[in-house]
Order: sequence, then structure tokens, then C-alpha cells
Amino acid sequence: MAAIVARLDGVSLQYGERVILRNCSLDIVEGAITCIIGLSGAGKSTILRLIDGLRRPDAGHVYLREHDICHMPERELNEIRRKVSLSFQFAALLDSLTVGENVALPLREHTRLHDDAIRKIVLDALESVGLGSTYDNMPSELSGGMLKRAGFARAIVTRPELVLYDEPTTGLDPIVTHLITDTIVRLRNKLNGTAVVISHDLQSIYMMADYVAMLFEGAIIAYGTVDEIRTSSNPLVQQFLEGSEVGPIPI
Amino acid sequence: MKVLDRVGRATIDLLEYAGGITTLAGESGSFMMRMRIRFIETINQCYFLGVQSISIVILTSLFTGMVISLESAVQAVQFGIGSLVGGAVAFASVRELGPMLTAVVVAGRVGSAIAAEIGSMVVTEQIEALTSMGLEPTRFLVVPRLLAMLVMLPLLTIFADVVSIAGGMWIAQTYAHISSDSFIASARQAIGFEDIVKGLVKSLVFAVIIALVGAYQGLSTRGGAAGVGKATTGAVVISIIMIFVSNFALSFVLFGGH
Ligand SMILES: Nc1ncnc2c1ncn2[C@@H]1O[C@H](COP(=O)(O)OP(=O)(O)OP(=O)(O)O)[C@@H](O)[C@H]1O
Ligand SMILES: [Mg+2]
Repeated sequence: MAAIVARLDGVSLQYGERVILRNCSLDIVEGAITCIIGLSGAGKSTILRLIDGLRRPDAGHVYLREHDICHMPERELNEIRRKVSLSFQFAALLDSLTVGENVALPLREHTRLHDDAIRKIVLDALESVGLGSTYDNMPSELSGGMLKRAGFARAIVTRPELVLYDEPTTGLDPIVTHLITDTIVRLRNKLNGTAVVISHDLQSIYMMADYVAMLFEGAIIAYGTVDEIRTSSNPLVQQFLEGSEVGPIPI
Repeated sequence: MKVLDRVGRATIDLLEYAGGITTLAGESGSFMMRMRIRFIETINQCYFLGVQSISIVILTSLFTGMVISLESAVQAVQFGIGSLVGGAVAFASVRELGPMLTAVVVAGRVGSAIAAEIGSMVVTEQIEALTSMGLEPTRFLVVPRLLAMLVMLPLLTIFADVVSIAGGMWIAQTYAHISSDSFIASARQAIGFEDIVKGLVKSLVFAVIIALVGAYQGLSTRGGAAGVGKATTGAVVISIIMIFVSNFALSFVLFGGH
């Protein structure tokens, strides 16, 4: 039995009157790439925020390893967070820093590495996503896809145990999509890290995922390997994978 | 019933706001106490928030000193007490108008800038990104701005005091023919060193108000660009009201009946 890195246990969460998650449970297996699929607005990003402790659930528990992080004081949580990183859906680079400084930030703040060493690591990370030449640019000078890749570089630069990728390939060209997908797999293989990837891109999901979880109406309604999901008899899953308008999923 | 309801809600909101500001103050103080300070960022903020405010502080205090002098000098000379004008200008400038007007002007310029910057960081998820990297937004953003204000507002206040008195002296000389010697002698008699220090104590309190209200407004921004606008306006309005109220309280405590 592989170890569980992160676990949602019966989590419920609502914004005002709107219920987003209802008794939702999900295990993230160590060393695996787990992809989360689901309709837009279903709460996929919210799940990543819960795992990173950015949101606290209204009910249920969220575990990172054996720690229940739901009631953990912020200071303690910050210690654990250093092993987890989140690549944001809309990059969320600090716009007062250059791209290079943004990617360097977690290294600057959490390690005692020398400036030269940091610069080298950062350049490597940027080059791995095809952004080597943007080191000194401000985020406002980059396109959406470039920002997204810089955010990706920032998330992987510390080699965290668990990386949460929020739609890392959405809006990117096919070549860069391939590059990013490849990088996710390579990092996992090299460091035996764990990844959670939200994606709408079935092609890259089939390419990289060990497990797929489908979120629908506040809960995980299907979970399994790529083959299990592809051959699932659940009509919701089938309709989603086919992208069909007819079926049980209301539009 | 509706009225009671509304009063109740307003009271709860007010308490919640006060609680939020107090928590932010406590967190910031705790980081400062443990010397977890980003020095370079603090120096940058001293420049952005302080040095770049010098010109507006000089302009406003110059004209304030001039107008007090203008109003008091002509009348004072008529009553044969022209030698007291210097005292009046210095007294008003150092104890009240210097600290308060500087704070109000800086609240407009700096409080709004802090709220707008942090607020737009909230709506673009930059604050969440900081948190997710294990970096506390309070230490990262609020403490440098608070420290910069604590250093720069007293300095700006000293500037304002000097410029205001100088402006007053010039007007007294040109319009009421009060010699600068007599003006200065009177000013020195009216205020002592401790008045200046107390004025600076006020400016420290105002610095805390401007920085924390701006930061708190920014951090509690909700809802896109419109939210940032609301947070910014709120920062200016709330901090100016708090400056006026606390100025009265501070004058009462520091100067009492004297
Ligand atoms: N701060 C917030 N306040 C109110 N509602 C919110 C907030 N954040 C998210 N929501 C709501 O929660 C729901 C889930 O949001 P979430 O971002 O997790 O969706 P998602 O599955 O990531 O969607 P997408 O695929 O479009 O990124 C959405 O319907 C959204 O309207
Ligand atoms: Mg999302």
C-alpha cells in the first residue's frame, strides 16, 4: 500500500449559501500523479486551496501526511507548506518583482543558498519551461501563457514533495503543453515527488496520470487509473470524457 | 425593530473592524519584536511613502503657517500685541497643525497607495501565493510599510513644523512688519522642546493609523477592481477620521489644560 501524502476526509465547504463541496473525500497517493477533472466552477481549484491550507473547510478534515491542518495555527502550517507548492491557475506572480526574483523568492526566503547559486537554479527552472530570456522582465511584460509558465517554474524551483498544479497547460500551445506535461512527469520520476494536476486537457491527462478523480456536484464521483476511468460505466464520466451535450450532466 | 437591527449590525461591524486592526497590529508588533524585518524593502518603502511625500507636505504646511500668520498678525498689531504672533504660529504648528495636517495629507497619498497596492494583490491572488509559499503577508508587506511610516511621518512632521513657522514668519514680516527677531523670540517662548516631542508622539500614533488602516483595508478587499476602489476610498476616509479623533484624545492626554 502506497503512503498517502494528502487526504480530504468528508470535507464540506460553501461560499455564502452556495455549497461547493459536500462531504468530499480524496486520497493523494505518494509518488503518483493524480489528475482532477470536472466541470468549470465545480470546485477543483478550491480542493487545491484546501490541501495547501489557504482555505479551511466548514466541516471534515484535511490531512497533509499525518497532520490535520484544519485547525493548525498559521505558523505551524507555514513549516509544512514549505514541502508543498501550488502553481496557480492565473500564475499569481508578484507584480512588484521581476520574473527572476519571483521564481527566486521561495529559495531566497527559505534557504541559505548563495545569490549565485540561486540565480543558477532559477535560470535552470525558467529554461526548463522555455523562459530563459525573461529573467529580468517584469510580469506585466509577459503574455498570459508565459506568466503561467513562470508561475509553474516558481512552484517547482524548491523541489517540493508535493506540487499542486492548477491547470498548468490551459491556454498554452501544443508544443509547450507537451513540454510542461513532460516536466511534470520528469520531476515526479526524478524526485519521486507527488503531483496533483487539475486539467481539462484529456490528451495530457492520459499521458501523465497515474490516477484520475472526477469532481461532480461537490464530491468525487469517480476515481481510478486512467484505464479504469476511460472504461468506466458511470454515465457522468463517459459524458464528460466524450464532451457530449447529451447525457445526465445538466448544462 | 429595523433601526435596532441596523444599530446592532453597525456595532458588530465596528467591533469586527477594530478587532481586525488590533490583530494586524499585534502580528506586526510580534514580527518587529522578533526582528523579522525585511530591511531593503523597508528602505524602499521609506522612499516611496516618505521621501516622495515631502513636496506635498511642504506645500500644505507652508500655506497653513502663512494663513495663521495672516489672520493673527494684522489683528495682533492692531491690538498692540504683534510680538505674540510668532508664539501663536509656532504653538499652533508644533502642537496641532504640523502633526495633524501632515498626517492627513500623508493619509491621502500613502494610506490610499498601501490599500490599493495590497488590495490589487488580493484580487490577483498574489497574497494567496505568498501564503502558499509560507511567507506571511503581514511580515512581507505590512511590517515594512508600518516601519517606513513610523520613521518617515515624524521626519515629515518636523519638516512641516519648520516650514509652517518659516512661512508664518515671512507673512508676519511682509504684512504686519513684525521683525523676524521678535517673531522667533516669541516662538521660542511659546513652545518648548517637550512640545515638539509631544507633537512627534502624535505623529507616531498617526503613522500606525495610516499604515494599519491602509493595510487592513487592502487585505480585506473583496471583488475585483471595484473592490480595490472601495478599499482605497475606505482607507482614506477611515484613517482621516481616526486621525482627527485620536488627535483630540492625544491633545487631551499630552497637553491637558496646558
Ligand atoms: N472567493 C469566492 N467567493 C465566492 N465564491 C467563490 C469564491 N471562490 C470560488 N467561488 C465559487 O466556488 C466555485 C468553485 O470555484 P473553483 O475556482 O474551485 O472552480 P474550478 O473547478 O477550479 O473551476 P475552473 O475549472 O473554471 O477553474 C465556483 O462556482 C465559484 O463561483
Ligand atoms: Mg480553477
